[in-house]
Amino acid sequence: MLIKTRRPTPIPESQVTPEAVHGDRRRILAGLGFGALLAGANARAGLLDFLSPAAPAPAVAAAPRKPLVYDRGVIPPGLVLTPEEKATNHNNFYEFGTGKTDPARHSQGLRTEPWTLRVEGEVARPGTLDVAQLIAAGGLEERIYRMRCVEAWSMVIPWVGLELGKVLKGFEPTSRARFVAFETLHDPEQMPGQKSAYLGGGIDYPYVEGLRIDEAMHPLTLLAVGIYGRTLPPQNGAPLRLVVPWKYGFKGIKSIVRIRLVETMPPTSWSRLAPDEYGFYANVNPAVDHPRWSQASERFIGPGGVLDVRRQPTLPFNGYGDEVASLYAGMNLRRHF
Amino acid sequence: MAGAGRLALVRGLQVAAHLGAFLPLAWLVVAVPRGALGGDPVEELIHYLGMGALRLLLLTLLVSPLAKGLGVGPLLRLRRPLGLWCFVWGCLHFATWLGLDLVFAWGLIGAELVERTYILLGFTALVILAALAVTSLPALVRRLGRRWKSLHRLIYPAVLLVCVHFWWSVKSGWIEPAIYLAIALALLWWRRGALWPPGMKG
Repeated sequence: MLIKTRRPTPIPESQVTPEAVHGDRRRILAGLGFGALLAGANARAGLLDFLSPAAPAPAVAAAPRKPLVYDRGVIPPGLVLTPEEKATNHNNFYEFGTGKTDPARHSQGLRTEPWTLRVEGEVARPGTLDVAQLIAAGGLEERIYRMRCVEAWSMVIPWVGLELGKVLKGFEPTSRARFVAFETLHDPEQMPGQKSAYLGGGIDYPYVEGLRIDEAMHPLTLLAVGIYGRTLPPQNGAPLRLVVPWKYGFKGIKSIVRIRLVETMPPTSWSRLAPDEYGFYANVNPAVDHPRWSQASERFIGPGGVLDVRRQPTLPFNGYGDEVASLYAGMNLRRHF
Repeated sequence: MAGAGRLALVRGLQVAAHLGAFLPLAWLVVAVPRGALGGDPVEELIHYLGMGALRLLLLTLLVSPLAKGLGVGPLLRLRRPLGLWCFVWGCLHFATWLGLDLVFAWGLIGAELVERTYILLGFTALVILAALAVTSLPALVRRLGRRWKSLHRLIYPAVLLVCVHFWWSVKSGWIEPAIYLAIALALLWWRRGALWPPGMKG
């Protein structure tokens, strides 16, 4: 509950537009004499429609997603949600191909039930967790987080899940647990990118990620089972993925099957592939550029077409500095990028 | 008879070159709104346009070996449309990066052009292509005479610049850029006689 006091103040109820008024806003504005203005805006939209992918083609035979029961989250002031169609049709999940639309196209057959997560290593009570049971046990909450990809684009996504720290505590980490290592499913039959270096972008599979124990136990760190109120679609990492909102998106390992608590810093897939470009920490940092592009700003993927694109400054720790900067006090973040 | 048949073939190929370069652009008009390039098509658009430009550049370089190998001189007429379309695709590739990715943040654009080697390489190639496109106007071709030929040899460094630009731009996976670089090198190898005339050999 400590986290609530640290969160930015939610919008007071009095400032929230009632749903009925919001839904009727065009008619209300027209009544107020904004009709001509709106007509102008629509004409512009019409001319440039060909650049506005309002409704991306639905994925082929989309995998079924179940509605979840959870505590609703609050949209932090100033943030706008990325439309669900965009968040589920623009993904990096190289196990299904390196193109942004490949995961949505090639992952719908992924068998996500039953799914078990093995937790082992430096824990007093190693064991397995059944994802269906985890969901049924309740206590899920929604967290609306910024998501900043290392490729300099960003989204705002409503995740549903549990704090990773709460889940890990159930397995009783020992005092020797200094890092947490995560591993994605390795199943080349289901994941074509793991079968072919050409499709899989040359990553050494299975995909592995890692966090320091204090990062893993931080209340912002989420073990997500859903987005937009329903279970995760395969392209977003079904049925279970990591969300660390102050780090670049690639830290958010998908379709996790194993978590090991360990004493030494575990290897991570991207830093193994290109150690000069991707570090272990991968904290969002506008002051430290990727060798091949600037990280100072980002393209926000929000509502509208490509012509509504907004370029916005990137925030240190992706805007979560108040909550997490203290974890890195005294560290040279230019060296530990 | 054979001559007329060959001319008709080349005419047909010219039409095919124009259609082949234009129709994929027209396809975008239909495909982007239907989400064929994904929920956020900017990155895919840039990649699509860049790959199109590279393929057209390689096709342009393929014309001479084909014309000589097959002994069909009129095939050389394909070079100009292919080269010009390559320039059009390259311009659209650059304009998409400028306008839709960086959203005309001029400070950032200037810094990225100077600081990122792969962007500088691509931009240099585009400047070369612009010079070649302008000097392919028939009047200028005649006026430049011999110098036209030496100027247009700049397409050789340009194709290498583009291949390296592609290689350095990908986040991972070297196989595809390596294939394109190998094709470019093969096309240049075929011209080694012209690039290093026998008299210039050490």
